[in-house]
Amino acid sequence: MIRFALPLVVFVLMVGLLGYGLRLDPKKVPSPLIDKPAPAFSLAMLDAPSRQLSTADLSGQVWVLNVWASWCVSCRAEHEVITALARRNLVSVIGLNYKDEPDDATRWLGQFGNPYTASVIDRDGRVGIDWGVYGVPETFVIGADGMIKYKHIGPVTHESLEQKILPMLKELMS
Amino acid sequence: MKRLLLLVIVGLWVAPMQASIEAYQFDSAEMEADYKQLIEELRCLVCQNQNLAGSDADLARDLRRETYEMLQQGKSQQQVVDFMVARYGDFVLYRPQFKSSTYLLWMGPFLLLMFVLYLVVRRLRAAEKPVEVDAGAMAEAKQLLEDSEPRK
Repeated sequence: MIRFALPLVVFVLMVGLLGYGLRLDPKKVPSPLIDKPAPAFSLAMLDAPSRQLSTADLSGQVWVLNVWASWCVSCRAEHEVITALARRNLVSVIGLNYKDEPDDATRWLGQFGNPYTASVIDRDGRVGIDWGVYGVPETFVIGADGMIKYKHIGPVTHESLEQKILPMLKELMS
Repeated sequence: MKRLLLLVIVGLWVAPMQASIEAYQFDSAEMEADYKQLIEELRCLVCQNQNLAGSDADLARDLRRETYEMLQQGKSQQQVVDFMVARYGDFVLYRPQFKSSTYLLWMGPFLLLMFVLYLVVRRLRAAEKPVEVDAGAMAEAKQLLEDSEPRK
């Protein structure tokens, strides 16, 4: 009996394992930065390049960092969701304009609307590297304690906004 | 004609290999060797099955630049690896570190080999063991063999 049952059990286990593997998205690499201090930056602002915005300016409040670029196609799809988040006026939504031409970025915001409290220019992508950015768009939630609480890789959808990001913001602000 | 064809084939093969590598100037040969080893062993997160050396993605280029600059500043290979792991996680390493979460990864193949060896040895031992036969059955078999001997 065991002679026939054993291959069957092994087969079922393999199917289960491979089936589970199929549901994972290999593009979503868990960030080691969760629950670590947000990497500091001080960058020129897109609409006022002579002024700098730094992470220190945001300390003590819950905020969202959205990494975007005018060359990024899925940022366009995400744009309305970020706008919906900004309209709620819950938190500051800071845009990190990643490896972009400031002129193109300004035009992009003019065309689609500017949801950001402020956008800062990360032209050579060094701040992006510090934040472990590898696929724009990416969205981070930073707590009042300055820790990164959540990272969303790829475009934020209305679903992930409602189910993940908003509840997390409310919890952090309560 | 044949020679020309060969040249074209070699050209096609070599061209993409060199396309993604910037010409960095190093202070020493060891530093250059360190750099080459690092970009071989660090993964590009955009095109996940390529290393930094083989990828032409923008991020790979930036990370090569970062690697180069860190080495030029006198940082060690380990410091570069730590820098990458702090930002991108263990996934950037093509050669994972040996630690509690990767024990199974490193030891797994050897454990599996030992298990298979154990099964093989067990089977061989079983084959070597003389088969016990009932004395009566043996005598009967002998009798049958003798009876079936071809008659002269």
